Amino acid sequence: MFSTEDFLKAFKSHRGDAIVVPGRGGKHWVKISDQPDLDLPMGDPAMGGHAAFAFGLAMAQPKRRVVLFDSEGDVQMGLGILLTIAEQNPANFYHFMLDNECYATTGGQPVPNAKNVNYEMLAKGAGYPRTYSFTELEAAVAALPEILGKPGPVFVAMKVHADVENKPIGERVRWRKRSWAQVIGDLQRKIGIAA
Amino acid sequence: MNDASKAHLSPEIVLNQLKKHGVTHVVWLPDSETNWLYLLMKAEPSLTLVAVPREGLACSVAAGLAVGGAVPVVLIQNTGLMESGDSIRGWLFGLEIPVVFVVGMRGWTRHGAPTADTASVYTEPFLNAFRINYYLVESDADADRISLAFNESKKTKRPVAVLVGDEYQFNG
Repeated sequence: MFSTEDFLKAFKSHRGDAIVVPGRGGKHWVKISDQPDLDLPMGDPAMGGHAAFAFGLAMAQPKRRVVLFDSEGDVQMGLGILLTIAEQNPANFYHFMLDNECYATTGGQPVPNAKNVNYEMLAKGAGYPRTYSFTELEAAVAALPEILGKPGPVFVAMKVHADVENKPIGERVRWRKRSWAQVIGDLQRKIGIAA
Repeated sequence: MNDASKAHLSPEIVLNQLKKHGVTHVVWLPDSETNWLYLLMKAEPSLTLVAVPREGLACSVAAGLAVGGAVPVVLIQNTGLMESGDSIRGWLFGLEIPVVFVVGMRGWTRHGAPTADTASVYTEPFLNAFRINYYLVESDADADRISLAFNESKKTKRPVAVLVGDEYQFNG
């Protein structure tokens, strides 16, 4: 297992001009990214939909790479979207999954069959043409040029440490500094589809 | 031709409405009403069909498409609409996504006749609970209501539903 923050720091230099949907890695990514107008830190509009959202974005913007940092809890909840993604085969979609084996934001309860799910195999079985899985930071970082240097869709399962939160919701530090409307508006202006 | 056969809904009419409003992607899960429409959409080069295995996922796909500048429509059955509740709340209302749902009304009877299928019984209460406005389309004469739905959705940045109260009838 490794730190989500450490991986995202390493990813930053490989990002290029990709749109990044940081998903559950958002609270780290907003402090690391130097291109916030190309980021969509959405927090959690509704659990289970991050992959479908980022995939839809990739379909709408086929000339731009879209990188998603999904979570295993979200993937479990919206597992069927893997089939849709594989069928549509978006070459610009890069699907990383942060697997901390638990629902970290609700206190760290384990996800179903937390330690025994082979997510890479699930993605491969769904039809993703390229899949990876990593448990060590060094190997994951070393593979980034290959992962991002070839067409998607690609699925990358990574075992990460859990950032468990136990404070009541109202006492937690709010890491999202922009509203959804601001985030979306900033992106759309940046990529030239809104004034 | 009797009155009942005149009151059919043609898939061509629905497809023309989608094209008229610039729809680029149809995010959908098949239902018993939509096969004729599916065949037409599949042959339409301006549309990309995106099949999903569960309707809630259609909402987040549509949200991503819309944020990226595409114009999605969600084509599902009323059963799946009800399954989609939290995704509608979070991904569509939350992100202020203008999107039209075209919803096959399983269990619908035009004159309120009793039916053993509960799907339509709960559809309008569901839409009202989520404060989603809707337009009933039962025949070609109702096609302008589809335009009303698209225009309202665009203006309000909210989901709006078109309830299809009849199986499409192929006229080709």
